[in-house]
Amino acid sequence: MAAEENNLALLEEPPVLSPGQTFDSVTDTITDVVLKRPIGMAWLGGLAVGVGLLGLLGMAVTWLLLRGVGIWGINVPVAWGFAIINFVWWIGIGHAGTLISAILLLFKQTWRNSINRFAEAMTLFAVACAGMFPLLHMGRPWLGYWMFPYPNSMGVWPQFRSPLVWDVFAVSTYATISAVFWFVGLVPDFATMREEATHPVARKIYGMLSLGWRGSARHWTRYEALYILLAGISTPLVLSVHTVVSFDFAVAIVPGWHTTIFPPYFVAGAIYSGFAMVLVLAIPIRKYYGLEGMITMRHLQNAAKIMLATGLIVGYGYFFETFVALYSGSTYERFMIHNRWFGPYAWAYWSLILFNILIPQVLWWPKIRASTSWLFFISLIVLVGMWLERFVIIVTSLHRDYLPSSWGHYTPTRWDWATYMGTIGLFTAAIFVFIRIVPAISIFEMRMLLPQSEVKE
Amino acid sequence: MSHAMTAPSIYGLVAEFETPTDLVKACKAAYAEGYREMDAYSPFPIEEASEAIGFHKSAVPLIVLVGGILGGLSGFGLQYWINVIAYPLNIGGKPFNSWPAFIVPSFEMTILFAGLSGVFGMFALNGLPRPYHPLFHVDRFSKVTRNRFFLCVESTDPKFDLTGTQQFMERLKPLSISEVPH
Repeated sequence: MAAEENNLALLEEPPVLSPGQTFDSVTDTITDVVLKRPIGMAWLGGLAVGVGLLGLLGMAVTWLLLRGVGIWGINVPVAWGFAIINFVWWIGIGHAGTLISAILLLFKQTWRNSINRFAEAMTLFAVACAGMFPLLHMGRPWLGYWMFPYPNSMGVWPQFRSPLVWDVFAVSTYATISAVFWFVGLVPDFATMREEATHPVARKIYGMLSLGWRGSARHWTRYEALYILLAGISTPLVLSVHTVVSFDFAVAIVPGWHTTIFPPYFVAGAIYSGFAMVLVLAIPIRKYYGLEGMITMRHLQNAAKIMLATGLIVGYGYFFETFVALYSGSTYERFMIHNRWFGPYAWAYWSLILFNILIPQVLWWPKIRASTSWLFFISLIVLVGMWLERFVIIVTSLHRDYLPSSWGHYTPTRWDWATYMGTIGLFTAAIFVFIRIVPAISIFEMRMLLPQSEVKE
Repeated sequence: MSHAMTAPSIYGLVAEFETPTDLVKACKAAYAEGYREMDAYSPFPIEEASEAIGFHKSAVPLIVLVGGILGGLSGFGLQYWINVIAYPLNIGGKPFNSWPAFIVPSFEMTILFAGLSGVFGMFALNGLPRPYHPLFHVDRFSKVTRNRFFLCVESTDPKFDLTGTQQFMERLKPLSISEVPH
């Protein structure tokens, strides 16, 4: 009976796990990527690109520290520029990781089990990239600790009525909780790595990281209780983080920023770009490491559907931004929209509509969703589109505000680009290193997907 | 009673099983037999196994709750103290205790404290990190992180008796039974 139902289910959707897997095959497929597989040219090449761009980041940051933020294109009135565009872009990308690991866990979407580990890693690295930007943008990053409330000899304290201080709390909490969530998820898998590794040094390192995990039933019970609670608290956390990021804008009175629709539309946009990044990473990784049995077409298609849905929410956000601006009767709001459509940055606005709203509609066709190259291509388009969205929000809103006498123009310099490309390098290098030292798929959660894991009465 | 002398010299007896179903059956049988100082070991969480050995409730949710409440209170308290007592600033005539503005950091502190106390609490209750454990002396036990399921009856159990417990375990038809040295 159950077998028949399973067969019927197979007809409808590709399986979450390819049939015929066992505890051994799941363990070996995942651990072999780290322990057995020789270092290939493709991996080395990818790492080289990442490390090369990371070098560029080092150069850009060094020059920034020597010369100050004047090397960037920012100036009054556009004082935020690339730094904040990239901050919002990266942190948004990170959100899909938490969505997959926490929200889908709460909804018992077991298909998430094979992509949550690297999606969480993606979150960590994306948050690391994001966090650098506000820090570098401060001009004197070595005084960054002034953002935290600590007793100091100056006798001053942060201004808690400012969304920028909220952001410090939101992003640092997010980074901390994402890191511990990731580590807690890894502990049982480190124990597996400890036993599977043959090199004594590797066994020692994985042994220490596993904290001596031995799979005790009591431990598992507490572990599961914590895991679901972490998911439960991460869910409002991730929603709060991008909400607070949107407050950085919405609480200000600049036309184009002062909008109540920002929080939901920022959160949807974050998940949109995050799933695009998940696909950009998952498609080559599953192919190269032969993980198609675990990261199946089902995962890619589900991710595509989530992109389609969140993309429509983002489209709704664009629509209402425009509608409210026109309906408000406020000259400044109307001018803001007019300037977005026909002003000097109209190219950015219309490319954003094309990349974020129009092109992704092809995902309605099941054939497109079934093609990895199409999905990869559309995901790249969405990543660019979401970057442009932040560019439009920040630059077009700031460059022409209330006073025509203070209008200006913003052009990024080569150092802006170098810093941005550099963080892409940091992200790429971190992902490539991660794939080779940590099981990229959660082994113990994959075992739970096997029919053999069920306890029969 | 002669076995009572030998009991402390070993940690316990461990039986190996091939499927989670066998493990849960063995746990239930051991519990019915009167054993309490025992633990099941598996490569993934099996709720039924911990139920069967009589471990029902963990303190983790309570720790998370208390941590969260403390975090929220200290987050709000910090902001109240700064803005009302230590460093009162008149910003556009707003009250010093502008509580709506303090909600976001208080919320974030709630989450931070709840999460961290949960993680540290879980590891502390589990007695981890603990790199050494007697069970690691048993070679076959290394499969616990792969594909095997174990039930260990510890020698501290009042009913533990080397031959008696071994005979009991044999009736469960395990793949193997090993003594666990200290």
